[in-house]
Amino acid sequence: MKQTTHPPDHLSAPVRNGAATVAPPPAPARARRRPTSPQWAAWAFLAPVTLYLALFYAYPLYRNLDLSLRDYTVRSFVQGNAPFTGIENYRTVLDDPTFAPALLHTALFTAVCLVFQYAIGLALAVFFSRHFRLSATLRALFLVPWLLPLIVSASTWSWMLNSDSGVVNAALHALGIAPVNWLTSPSWSLTSVIIANIWIGVPFNLVVLYSGLQSIPASLYEAAALDGAGAWQRFWRITFPLLRPVSAITLLLGLIYTLKVFDIIWIMTKGGPADSSTTFATWSYQLGFGNLLPAFGPGAAVGNLLVVAALVFGLIYLKVQRKQALS
Amino acid sequence: MHSSSRRRLTAVALSTVVAVTGAACSSGSGSADAKGSDSGTYTVWDPYPQFAKGSAWVKLLDACGAKAGVKVKRTGYDTSDLANKALLAAQQDNSADVLIVDNPVVSTLAEAGVLTSTEDNKLDTSKADPNLLAAGQSDGKTYGTPIGANTLALYYNKKVLKEAGVDIASVKDWKSLTAALAKVKAAGKKGITFSAIGTEEGSFQFLPWFWGAGAELTALDSAQAASALSLWKDWLKEGYAPNSVINNTQTTSWQEFAGGDYAFAENGTWQLANAKKAGFDYGVLPIPGADGGSAAAPTGGEFVTIPTQGDTGRYATTQKLATCLTSTQNLYDTDTTLSYVAPTSEVQAKQVAANAELKPWVAAVKAAKGRTSDDLGTTYPKISEQMWKAVQSALSGAKSPKDALASAQAAVK
Repeated sequence: MKQTTHPPDHLSAPVRNGAATVAPPPAPARARRRPTSPQWAAWAFLAPVTLYLALFYAYPLYRNLDLSLRDYTVRSFVQGNAPFTGIENYRTVLDDPTFAPALLHTALFTAVCLVFQYAIGLALAVFFSRHFRLSATLRALFLVPWLLPLIVSASTWSWMLNSDSGVVNAALHALGIAPVNWLTSPSWSLTSVIIANIWIGVPFNLVVLYSGLQSIPASLYEAAALDGAGAWQRFWRITFPLLRPVSAITLLLGLIYTLKVFDIIWIMTKGGPADSSTTFATWSYQLGFGNLLPAFGPGAAVGNLLVVAALVFGLIYLKVQRKQALS
Repeated sequence: MHSSSRRRLTAVALSTVVAVTGAACSSGSGSADAKGSDSGTYTVWDPYPQFAKGSAWVKLLDACGAKAGVKVKRTGYDTSDLANKALLAAQQDNSADVLIVDNPVVSTLAEAGVLTSTEDNKLDTSKADPNLLAAGQSDGKTYGTPIGANTLALYYNKKVLKEAGVDIASVKDWKSLTAALAKVKAAGKKGITFSAIGTEEGSFQFLPWFWGAGAELTALDSAQAASALSLWKDWLKEGYAPNSVINNTQTTSWQEFAGGDYAFAENGTWQLANAKKAGFDYGVLPIPGADGGSAAAPTGGEFVTIPTQGDTGRYATTQKLATCLTSTQNLYDTDTTLSYVAPTSEVQAKQVAANAELKPWVAAVKAAKGRTSDDLGTTYPKISEQMWKAVQSALSGAKSPKDALASAQAAVK
């Protein structure tokens, strides 16, 4: 849901920049005639956005940073006199035995989910772009995982994967395969949450890539077909390269979204058993809210590490995009 | 160019500052108004979101408010949410007037300075059972009074036991219980279900076995503690308990039992009403200790507390409200709706007279022990987290019970 609001924002960014570089020249001429009022009007229009950004983005980020740099106990959290400890919380987090597994799980979870979501989404998008009967209906059905509230789909997955009464193990049993402790075995729990998350993420990739496919002119395919290119060649020589900008944004949004996945893991395994499906997102929550005695400082520190990771990938994307625009 | 961009920056900063102060002023005056004109309204936060407007609980709150001459504004929160909500509210100096919280949270909130002690708020706690009250005490002070108590015991399905040829009277200690489970499994039924989830619930369910083995919370790595964890581990290994207990909440574990295939379920007083609906003959047995007798189970249930206020003039009325909620008649009504055992002997006697089924539960509550008792206070949450992690590691096979508990003890320090 949240993802849908992002693409226009990102895509329009270069357009807005372009407009800004064109706009300034006539401004001085007008400014000489009526010196102040348009300027003030402009700032007045800008104020709500600035205010919104400051209140809902800058301040929470600042607070989170502040939380992570102080030694908060429950008492100092309430009375607001927590001593400044610098990077002490980050050191605690780095030294924690949970850090290495959480980092590994976050990387694995994100990478595996992205690869499968993108590959399956692209395959389905190409499949549905061939307009056969019922293709619209089928495509709508594929959107169901996306439309379901996460708590519903995650709970359903955890029932299906239940060791003793789950439908998946019942099916395996019917096939003569021994039951698997999907959610309660340390070697399977991460796989289980990855499977569930791939299922949830496919529709988003399908929708974005499908709309990307619509913008590739049919004449290119016709020309290629006339030149004797097979279906496979048409895909690798036309579809895939022309889809690159859309793919980049899909993967970036998917990455940011997958990095912070929390609900599915928390509902299905609580990050367990024995931290075997703990990612940074669930670890941060576990530290800050999962205990009767909250550890806000380290929890905020883990949260900040996640923010930084997402930011780094966002910057890489911007850089790549700029390079593409220049070339 | 430079000067113009600087001017632009100043303008942005200025307009933002103007807008921010504007917003701050209006919100400031707004909240002041709310407190000023509504001084006759008292807020109550409770962890009973299942009670809607018009329920007996909400009517009781309104009646107590009317008696004290004020209006009551009540909000029900999810139990696990309430402690954090209370901390955040206290940080903003916006605490509820009456806060009803889960008993192990009381010492944490007291440590944070969120709660007033009974010395200051003059709440009468003399009638409450001392073992229940202990959960709300730290450093010699008492922070509130219990509104009701619950604890854990073993429910058993009479039909399943009969088919397996188990005489419930023979179940006296761990050995005889395990033998009974073996018989049930041999008869093609399922043994026992409980909750070993990686949250406070998991620790709550493990404690009767932990204490029943003679272990202490201050030494998680003792041989007794390992024997309790091995008992659970072996049940899973032998198939006496389902593997799903690792992810079971107490509610899902109850649903398994209510399916009718399980011989035993470890669950709480609050399931009594559901047990009647389950549609089979059931009995209740105190959780046995390792070598016989009853194990001490942890006390559950909530405390009525009075958070600190900037405006100390509110305490007098708040105290009237809290006293009304914990008066003998009201305790009886509330604990009957909640399916809890009352915290005072007087009301307990009344409950047993009205419903003989409560007798084993009253006995269990009398023998129960607070999780934060023994002056553990705010160290309990740290111990508990390591304990549920150890239980999860051992049951899922990541570590042996002994190793899991050893690393748990190391992490507490």
